[in-house]
Amino acid sequence: MTHNIYIYMLIMAAVTYLIRVLPLTLIRKEITNTFIRSFLYYVPYVTLAAMTFPAMMDATDSPLAGAVAFVFAIILAWKGASLFVVSVLSCIMVFIIELMPFIR
Amino acid sequence: MQTNSQAFRKGIQHGVPIALGYFAVAFTLGIVAKKAGVTALQSFIVSATNSASAGEYVGFTLIGENAAYIELAIMTLVANARYLLLSCALSQKFSSDMRFIHRFIVGWFVTDEIFGISISVPGRLNPFYTYGAAAISVPAWSIGTYLGVVMGNVLPPNIVSALSVGLYGMFIAIIIPPSKRDKIIAMLVVISMVVSYIATRVTLFAAISPGTRTIFITVVISAVAAILFPRREKEAA
Repeated sequence: MTHNIYIYMLIMAAVTYLIRVLPLTLIRKEITNTFIRSFLYYVPYVTLAAMTFPAMMDATDSPLAGAVAFVFAIILAWKGASLFVVSVLSCIMVFIIELMPFIR
Repeated sequence: MQTNSQAFRKGIQHGVPIALGYFAVAFTLGIVAKKAGVTALQSFIVSATNSASAGEYVGFTLIGENAAYIELAIMTLVANARYLLLSCALSQKFSSDMRFIHRFIVGWFVTDEIFGISISVPGRLNPFYTYGAAAISVPAWSIGTYLGVVMGNVLPPNIVSALSVGLYGMFIAIIIPPSKRDKIIAMLVVISMVVSYIATRVTLFAAISPGTRTIFITVVISAVAAILFPRREKEAA
């Protein structure tokens, strides 16, 4: 049987929206439980760190370029560069490294 | 106190790197959509209504395979389950006197990146900051997907390669400053990266989808950290 593309689209949109909106609307009070508060406090840092490494090295054509950009971005961020600056300079770094003939 | 329009403008400003990264990633997503037989306009609508990279990737792939509706629903749930955690965290960030309708609107835009900058705003979150970031990045995401379908592989590969790290650069810019201030966060960031590396490279775990791996790593490490290093009320605010 063939499926309707618009029903597919509706399912994707509905499931994705419900996942996001249910916690936002059902949890209206401040959570007082220390464990849950601490857990939720740590979640974003752990998620973002896990998503960045090693995925950043796998995203570029040359893993070395991704690795250099990774270290470069950490140094920039440590020195207090903004989101935009770190992001753009990381891209430029990958571009420059991959221009080098011996990287291929 | 920030006015709504100041918050909105700040959100747009901080949304620029997100938009650039989204554009590049969405472009590659569009190529996947095209392979699955989804048209440019349909993929634009999917991106505008989902704003989810892994979820959409899974969705397009399943559509290409003519999968059952229930299968698509379950896989969308699995691929996007981390948003459940992010939304739980974000629910604590709003002021209690904020109008309720904002929770429904913000819910549309809980992506990893928009969440990342929204949760790191000092103090309470003004929803207009999130709207500003979404106003520039969600269109970039949707248009990027559309163009990916239309133009396929027109962009030179070295440009695509360079653009593909933009998102990660931004993630780093979000997690490093708090790591500098707080040794526990710094330690968690390092541990998470090491565990993620092992999970990606060891064959046994590599078979698990990236989304599921991320959920697993996040839940385990955050839970252990919450037990070992509970935060007192003031700190966790």
